[in-house]
Amino acid sequence: MSGIARRLYRGEIDVDFVGRQKLWYSLSAVLLLVSIAGLVVNGLNLGVEFKGGSVFSFKAPTANIEQVRATFAEAGAHQVIAQTTQNGWRVTTESLPAEQVTAVQKAVATEFKMPPAQVNLQVIGASWGGQVANKAIIGLIVFMLAIILYLTLAFEWKMALAAVVALLHDLVITAGVYAWSNFEVTPATLLGFLTILGYSLYDAVVVFDMIKEVTAKLGTTSKLTYTEAANNALNHTLIRSLNTTLVAILPVAAILFIGTTLFGAGTLKDLSLALFVGMLVGTYSSLCVATPLLVTLKEREPRYQALARRIASHGGSSGIKTVRQPVTASAAGGAGPAAGKRKKK
Amino acid sequence: MLLLLLAIILAMGGVMLLNKAYTPEYGLDLAGGTTVTLQPITPNGNAPSQESLDLAVNIIRERVNGSGISDAEVAKSGDNIVISVPGAGQEEVVKLVGTTAELRFRQVLAIGPGSPPPPGQLSTEAPTPAPSPASTESGRKGSKEPKPAESATPKPDATAAPDTGASPAGRALSSALTNPSPGATSAPSAEPSGDKPAKPAKPDASAAPKTDAVPTVPPTAADDPMAGVDPAGIDPEVLKQFQALDCAKDAGRGAQDAPDKQYVGCSQEGDTKFVLEKAAVTGTSIDSASAGVDQTTGEWLVQLSFKGQGPDQWSKVTTTAFNSQAPRNQVAMVLDGVIISAPVIQEPITGGRAQISGSFTQVTADELANQLKYGALPLKFEKSSIEEVSSTLGADQLRGGLIAGAIGLLLVVIYSMLYYRGLGVVSVLSLLVATILTYQSVVLLGAFAGFRLSLPHVIGLIVSIGITADSFIVYFERIRDEMKEGRRSLRTAIEVAWVRARRTILIADAVMFIAAVVLYFLAVGGVAGFAFAMGLTTLIDIAVVFMFTKPFVAMLAKMKFFAKGHKLSGLDAERMSETTVAPKTLPQEA
Repeated sequence: MSGIARRLYRGEIDVDFVGRQKLWYSLSAVLLLVSIAGLVVNGLNLGVEFKGGSVFSFKAPTANIEQVRATFAEAGAHQVIAQTTQNGWRVTTESLPAEQVTAVQKAVATEFKMPPAQVNLQVIGASWGGQVANKAIIGLIVFMLAIILYLTLAFEWKMALAAVVALLHDLVITAGVYAWSNFEVTPATLLGFLTILGYSLYDAVVVFDMIKEVTAKLGTTSKLTYTEAANNALNHTLIRSLNTTLVAILPVAAILFIGTTLFGAGTLKDLSLALFVGMLVGTYSSLCVATPLLVTLKEREPRYQALARRIASHGGSSGIKTVRQPVTASAAGGAGPAAGKRKKK
Repeated sequence: MLLLLLAIILAMGGVMLLNKAYTPEYGLDLAGGTTVTLQPITPNGNAPSQESLDLAVNIIRERVNGSGISDAEVAKSGDNIVISVPGAGQEEVVKLVGTTAELRFRQVLAIGPGSPPPPGQLSTEAPTPAPSPASTESGRKGSKEPKPAESATPKPDATAAPDTGASPAGRALSSALTNPSPGATSAPSAEPSGDKPAKPAKPDASAAPKTDAVPTVPPTAADDPMAGVDPAGIDPEVLKQFQALDCAKDAGRGAQDAPDKQYVGCSQEGDTKFVLEKAAVTGTSIDSASAGVDQTTGEWLVQLSFKGQGPDQWSKVTTTAFNSQAPRNQVAMVLDGVIISAPVIQEPITGGRAQISGSFTQVTADELANQLKYGALPLKFEKSSIEEVSSTLGADQLRGGLIAGAIGLLLVVIYSMLYYRGLGVVSVLSLLVATILTYQSVVLLGAFAGFRLSLPHVIGLIVSIGITADSFIVYFERIRDEMKEGRRSLRTAIEVAWVRARRTILIADAVMFIAAVVLYFLAVGGVAGFAFAMGLTTLIDIAVVFMFTKPFVAMLAKMKFFAKGHKLSGLDAERMSETTVAPKTLPQEA
């Protein structure tokens, strides 16, 4: 165990991320399909803020918030937001059908000793519906375009494309987790998605920056193909990626843990699940989706094709003597087209 | 750099002390707030249409959210609209809701400078508004009074082109049907002016095309704010209010103007104050309003048309105004208690259509058209209930979030100490600095910009502090690379690594910042508030790395403990692996 840690610390670890692109692509494809299926079959469990709901108001001066929440939950309401006002209690639930409304009114009346008629019902519309959601979606689209433009200027369009594809990949999978887990999608969740957006791109950008730096050295006489250079760069930033993910995810994991175990339901849980899943997927995708995708795009360029051919014919032996070649060793198991072309000595 | 950072932290702390702001302002979910229910009133008592309700919700949302970071919520509730504002006392909310007033047209009765003139400055032309920023933009004669007088002269090519002056009072109104161009407006207005001198109301108007005097009003003492005000027909009470009003102190924004009473208010720029007649036409009578370009002159103008009783009322008020002498020949448009425009009436407008011209830009024309169109909410509302509500989440969730966040950060600290040893101290201190800066910013923004911290913000901030740590990690890994690669001295390695890490950090932070800016400007409600927090933490990240982490590491490099590569410094040769072999470096290109 200490051996791996030591090698990781020294940066000696090497994993053939790029060479195993078929594996990653298949894995991601399965995850995406499962997620989309979840979205289609189960749908998202949208919160009151998006769908609107029922508001019950009643006077129960002696009741405390736990009693109120429990009463509503027992009567069959799932999303309970309880508030006190000057005029008593104000409890918002999801849109309840008529018979359940009666059940809730009865339960409240029995629990807090009042006639059911004193439990008033109002219907409330979505505070996050329509315009708010539409504007957020427009914002997202403009954002993606802005990012593509920016990354094209800072790097190149192939990197921009790969980064945005990885981003969409992360968002769909995170949404899929919500669909299957039936966790409630609240405004807090939406904000969690937005955080993932930034995080996922951030991670990909750091990795791409390193790839750009390393592959910039590739000339006609270099001994590495683009694939190998990119893979080297990935391994180079691997320790950073892992460290960063660990550091960013530790607080989220703590929030998720406390949110789930101590509070049961609520903003904490909704938000931290989105973040937790999103960050894991985000790290995975910047290593295993964005970079292989980039390599696939780049290896089609004539100069890198020529480079790959030349190295393949030379066997690339000259490089191995002086420098340990992680890619050569691991490419044996790899199924990537570029890595596979290369002959082993 | 370190000193500069310290100065910033102390300065922000100082501002916090001075304003006694120590804790952030919390959002609806954490602190509760005030909820106002608005009930629509329709003339016929029928339920309002869903479209008009949706429109009203959108307009109200724009208004209560202001800069978009106050975390207010607006929702339909049956046919009612429920507005929830965090933390605010009732008074404030009622005021916000009060600004849902509709637009009203009122004849101008008197005009005065927005603020009392400074002592010593003569104001012989009391009705002339004090020089305003707007009028310098127009570059025309400072006095607006001559214009109405001029337009009354029978010259067809009158210099009375209705664009003399950019302030609301300087615009001209004409009928769109007969007068497609501002240049032409003076011509038709010249026609009726033929019989103007006969009108008792304007005995000397035609005789006064001069620009330097206001003939209707004898000049009075310079310091008398009432100079030039004809009190006829003005309620003495209202006159007193007019005298007391100082637009610089109280622009009257958000005040409700009772339609059946005379009203005293200020122009949007605050440079002019007005006494206005009872409302003649209300915003609900506006059928449409749009900005357009005059085909012949290429000038921007606003076209509007009336419906229902509007055309009749409009024709009445324009006729009255037209037959009155300056300044009573103007009709003011009042929105939220503020006079947004007060064009001079060029002729009685009977067709129910009108156009306002006069030194508009595309932006100002669009703005006025929108105010005319949407300023009037599509529905009239009555406040049916106002109540204070407790937080939706309760303190337990915030406490839980904070405790969890603290545990998480503690884990981060332990991890970085184990992993980076001596350098771990740098990252822990950097995180501490980032936390302090974030807290201070949130408090100050709460105090000055109405920023409301909600639970998603808190979590977002905790997460972003984690992301801030990435900047250090990128930098530290670079330092280690440099040490491994080139057998450089620590101090060289730190500098070389910084140049490379800086680029990565800036590109990655730029991505975050673009995300924040786009979402802040395009989204509304809670999303905008969250984007704001995201942009804030990105800037703090850059500030911390540039102003703390880098200088601090450079400072440490001068210490023996780090420079000599002590085992616990995180930079020791043994842990870096054999420095002579560079296992991860790429082969040098031949």
